[in-house]
Amino acid sequence: MEPLIAVAIGILFAAAVYMMLRRSIVKLVIGLMLLSNAANLLIFATAGMVRGAPPLVPEGLSAPVGPVADPLPQALVLTAIVIAFGVLSFAVVLVRRAWEIVGADDLDKMRDTDT
Amino acid sequence: MTPQIALPILIPLLAGTLSLLFWRSRSMQRFIAVAGTAGLLLTGLWLLATVQRDGIQVMHMGGWTAPFGISLVADLLGAIMVVLTGIIGFAVALFSLATVGRGHEAYGYFPLMHLLLAGVAGAFLTGDIFNLYVWFEVMLVASFALLILGSEKAQMEGAIKYVTLNLVSSVTFLVAVGLLYGMVGTLNMADIARRLATLEDDGMVDVLAMMFMVAFGIKAAAFPLFFWLPASYHTPPVAVSALFAGLLTKVGVYALYRVFTLIFHHSPGYTHEILLWGAGFTMLSGVLGAAAQFEFRRILSFHIVSQIGYMILGLALFTPLAIIGGVFYIIHHIIVKTNLFLVSGIVHRLRGTYQLASLGGFYRSHPWLAVLFLIPALSLAGMPPLSGFFAKFIVIRAGIEAEAYGVTFIALLVGLLTLYSMIKIWAEVFWKAAPEEELEAVPAVEPRAMWLMSATVAGLALCTLFIGLNAGPIYALAEASAGQLLAPERYIEAVLGAAGEGTP
Repeated sequence: MEPLIAVAIGILFAAAVYMMLRRSIVKLVIGLMLLSNAANLLIFATAGMVRGAPPLVPEGLSAPVGPVADPLPQALVLTAIVIAFGVLSFAVVLVRRAWEIVGADDLDKMRDTDT
Repeated sequence: MTPQIALPILIPLLAGTLSLLFWRSRSMQRFIAVAGTAGLLLTGLWLLATVQRDGIQVMHMGGWTAPFGISLVADLLGAIMVVLTGIIGFAVALFSLATVGRGHEAYGYFPLMHLLLAGVAGAFLTGDIFNLYVWFEVMLVASFALLILGSEKAQMEGAIKYVTLNLVSSVTFLVAVGLLYGMVGTLNMADIARRLATLEDDGMVDVLAMMFMVAFGIKAAAFPLFFWLPASYHTPPVAVSALFAGLLTKVGVYALYRVFTLIFHHSPGYTHEILLWGAGFTMLSGVLGAAAQFEFRRILSFHIVSQIGYMILGLALFTPLAIIGGVFYIIHHIIVKTNLFLVSGIVHRLRGTYQLASLGGFYRSHPWLAVLFLIPALSLAGMPPLSGFFAKFIVIRAGIEAEAYGVTFIALLVGLLTLYSMIKIWAEVFWKAAPEEELEAVPAVEPRAMWLMSATVAGLALCTLFIGLNAGPIYALAEASAGQLLAPERYIEAVLGAAGEGTP
């Protein structure tokens, strides 16, 4: 399972970088979305994949029995997803406003502030 | 129980919430802005006094002891940074009263400012690396919204670059945190440091160190990752620029200091050598960029980049004196840079432009403003007896003692070029006669607003003078803080307890 996930993460990162290098700001936002998803998947995978073993404590005991999935990365991913959701929704609105105000979808036409 | 550790985070959050509740009451929001930032400054001072008296302070959130819960840790560097956040927050809040205007306030300027301050204070005080990521995001989201307040074309263009590069940095940081967790199985920074020391696999540690360096390097605007800063910092309202210039990049520098003294200090020949060259190029590219600019705030933005180089240089040399110099430099720089941006704000308010070519004659018409500009400007360039002289002197002395002559030479050269930039602004804005061309009429400034703006700038200038004329105690403070940074076992012991309790 891990090698498959690793390849998927790699493809997501590659796709994200490719999209972010395009000139269109809409594609830039798509790249950012893919990037944050790749990061989330990577955190999920770092602690190792355990199939069908939720970290539940059986009744009467104080610790779970046998190897269980690490719940902490899942909590981290949950936090990261929520943050990424907020930030990306801001980015989408920003791109829309930028398109309205600048009147272009092309990063090469947004160079007034560069030098 | 030490409430002063949590208060610098809670007060801005509370103030932000209150100003959201008083969305329609302009006067109430303005009152909360001043009161909230003053409260932040006072609790910061309280915290600094406590840390100076009793050593590193730790608070375990919700009573969950480290490394299981989230800990708030205040060492001297963190406490100093909180005090500086308070000073800058208070100054900018006062300045905003006079400059931000009804339009921006109606779109939530003050709640966002409080949120930003909460994020900054949280980043300085947290002892948990994932929590650091969360505070970074709090700060970033607030800064995104502040940056585009007003929705002008230049702001949109700058914001796209700012948002993109900062998001890339956040993702790099997040990935590094995830991989680090996969290696050591903990998120508490003290615990990470302890476990990494016992780990044998060095290659992966260096990779992670590099990922953190890139992530924080983007936030700190270090070479070659600084391009978002000069593209965006000169676009928002000037109070926002001043707030960003003082605090945001310094959070990145603080994170570099924290991570590369506490966690990744085992192979300085590799990581700190890269930091050293990064510092040299940061200084040089920033100051050369500034030399080519003829717009008030753009010059200042490029100078942020070059000054960041000095702070990273202090960290990269990694000797006690160099760290002292770095901490001193951070203290000096935050105040001076904000002050310069505020001066540019007054000039803009009076004449309606930031272009040097269209400005002039201010020495004749506003001599007191010229003096108020000259103090931070000469301090930035490193003229004695102002604060910048001592900051530069310590860093350069440390460079010579460490026999890093190349970078030391760059640091001296950059000091000279900084002076050139400041003299350029002085000559163009204050000394030369006002140009003949008719500018668009600027509405006259009310005496009360003028008084408020000048008082803020004068207060910060007094802080610079105070640091310069009173360098001994500040040096002692920086020395104590460097001592703590270079002895990470004291930090670890303070968080985890002497025996390393809570080890599984």
